[in-house]
Amino acid sequence: MAEEMRVLLEYADKINPEIADEYVKIGGYVGLEKARKMDPNDLIQEVRSSGLRGRGGAGFNAGMKWSFVPKNAEIKYVVCNLDEGEPGTYKDRIICEKNAQALLEGMAICGAAIDSNQGYIYCRGEYPFIVKLLKNAIKSAKELGALGDFNIEVRMGAGAYVCGEETALIESIEGHRGEPRFKPPFPGVAGLWGVPTVVNNVETFACLPSILTNGAAWFAGIGAAKYPGTKVLTLTGDTNNPTYFEVPTDYILRDVIYKLGGGVKGGKKLKAVQVGGTSGAFIPESNLDTPIDFDSMGAIGAALGSGAVFVMDETRDIVDIVSRISKFFEHESCGKCNPCREGTFRCREIMEKINSGKATQKDIDNILLLSRVMKKAALCGLGQAAPIPIESTIKHFADEYARKIV
Amino acid sequence: MITLTINGKEIQVPKGTMVLDACQQAGADIPTLCYDPDLRLAGSCRMCVVEAKGRPNLMAACVSPAENGMVIETESPDVVESRKIILELLLARHKLECHTCERDGSCKLQDYCYRYGVTDSRYLNEMPHFSKEDPNPFIKRDYDKCIMCTKCVRVCEEITGAQAINVEDRGHHAKISTVFDGKLADSTCVFCGQCVMVCPVGALTSKVSAGKGRSYQTQSVLTTCTYCGTGCTFELNVKDDHVVGVTSVRDSELSPVNKGALCVKGRFGWDFIESEDRLTTPLIKENGELRPASWDEALDFAANKIKEIKAKNGPDALALFSSARATNEENYLAQKLFRAAIGTNNVDHCARL
Repeated sequence: MAEEMRVLLEYADKINPEIADEYVKIGGYVGLEKARKMDPNDLIQEVRSSGLRGRGGAGFNAGMKWSFVPKNAEIKYVVCNLDEGEPGTYKDRIICEKNAQALLEGMAICGAAIDSNQGYIYCRGEYPFIVKLLKNAIKSAKELGALGDFNIEVRMGAGAYVCGEETALIESIEGHRGEPRFKPPFPGVAGLWGVPTVVNNVETFACLPSILTNGAAWFAGIGAAKYPGTKVLTLTGDTNNPTYFEVPTDYILRDVIYKLGGGVKGGKKLKAVQVGGTSGAFIPESNLDTPIDFDSMGAIGAALGSGAVFVMDETRDIVDIVSRISKFFEHESCGKCNPCREGTFRCREIMEKINSGKATQKDIDNILLLSRVMKKAALCGLGQAAPIPIESTIKHFADEYARKIV
Repeated sequence: MITLTINGKEIQVPKGTMVLDACQQAGADIPTLCYDPDLRLAGSCRMCVVEAKGRPNLMAACVSPAENGMVIETESPDVVESRKIILELLLARHKLECHTCERDGSCKLQDYCYRYGVTDSRYLNEMPHFSKEDPNPFIKRDYDKCIMCTKCVRVCEEITGAQAINVEDRGHHAKISTVFDGKLADSTCVFCGQCVMVCPVGALTSKVSAGKGRSYQTQSVLTTCTYCGTGCTFELNVKDDHVVGVTSVRDSELSPVNKGALCVKGRFGWDFIESEDRLTTPLIKENGELRPASWDEALDFAANKIKEIKAKNGPDALALFSSARATNEENYLAQKLFRAAIGTNNVDHCARL
């Protein structure tokens, strides 16, 4: 199996995403029409039984997430997470650039399910051109009447990685410091401005029109049984074909790199691949025959995350790369909780010490202990995931560390 | 009611109880740094983490609602390891000058390091340099001792309502700051010192009390502030028969009026007690000179003069101007005296501006 399976990106570059009419001509907004005729409970059940799980990284069943929203609340919001801050990830941008109307339709479907008529798209600050595209797309869809009474507003981030975390994103929309909230309460109960809010990723929303159009069973039959559907991946690093792909979720990681990616650049051997963005685990060659779905990745101690695939060839210095990653997390920690604020800072210090050849085994022990505490005790996903690249490389690439310590 | 097990002990608590409260009811002492029952929850210091059976991560007890059937361990190996490492991380950013610190003996960081045997930090390396000179007469800000619990930010916003300080910058560079990192005097700060009250370490201390005695060297005397009729409760810190400071009493049973909150005068303005200018007896003016008198003599003198004026010019030739430093009850009696005994409605008060 070496072919892509395009569902979200089927009409990529064949239609103008800013023009709703072009989307309608290829069968767009049929899903929303169907959703609007359904009883909201049946609609939620339909999405739930499709098995669609969050594409932002947490992998939570979308329909189940919606079912937590209290029915009797007067005001509810639909929020789309387009913060896309994971280095090496640009799939949400691609989905917007190729099929923005599907995102809008998906949000409106969610609105129909939870009885909300207001959506917000939180777009990362580095994508001003996407903000423009989305505003045009929304205008076109509204003019066509495709969205009905569902309104969508685009809000812009200011360059904080942590605002990809749903509660920090909500704080940011509200105009506060981008810091995560503790949970519970979950956004489904008390989210944006304190009211029930569904926050889903761009890709999750964009999956919805085809689920409604083709039926939950159709979607559930694609790819991995427990994480069905397709996944848009972005391939970067030492690859011959650094681009994006849409594949069924039972696609094997090796095929992503060697078939779609055309192998490692320059014919070199592969040393490691990091999946899911900067906070992902480093996967050694021996684990390449793993399907990319959420649970299979989890089983090898990795995470599908956002779907970024970063290839490193045999000449790459793992310790140097992880040392740079630790600097990224030090920079991006919001500073709210102790384990992350202090932990990411000390991780960077120790990683730089190891990388410069001045560290001892004691430093490795100290950073592993710190990693363990960060994973167990940090407030949000940032602090909990920041040590994963460190831990996974100390586990799989111990010899690279051994070479650098005194 | 819901039932949960804490350290092997089964307890019942009302639905909506937080795990922290449930643990305390079960007799477990949970360390906290950012938690304050009067302030919005932060859940950020992570000192109160406990282990709940079946959960992959530890949970912060202060922000986690207790659930029926929960099985919680408050001092499991994982919990103790996390608390120790968090303390080590805080020690690595905390200027260790306990020997001269005002808060030696009343510092939560010190107490918890003692409790968990944290003598040193394996993460000691680069120190932040947040310390700054803030030229004001009341509050010393030494952010090289700050542990970022943000209680000062919350108390300033939620109790005083001044919003003078907030968190500036991000990650390890995050620090407590006024707007544009200026002086407190140039901010909306009213120097009430509520921030000093809630600071768990020596980052915010009273300049007025500096060097005059630590908590274990002083005796506490519960009293009522004499500055105004509000009647705030506080404790005077007394060392060798001298007042060296004021401590808030946050227990609402003892301090029902202010629950620990004070204003700049109550918290920092107690140096008049031993001022040479202070009046210690009534004074009567004779031939342009003031001379000390007894209370009996002074009161007789005043009463006679009042009677004399009333007899000569009628009651409306007299007026009462009473003080906000007297209590409501005293002010009530004073106006009663003038209305009922003297017979005039010429009553006024300094608070009626």
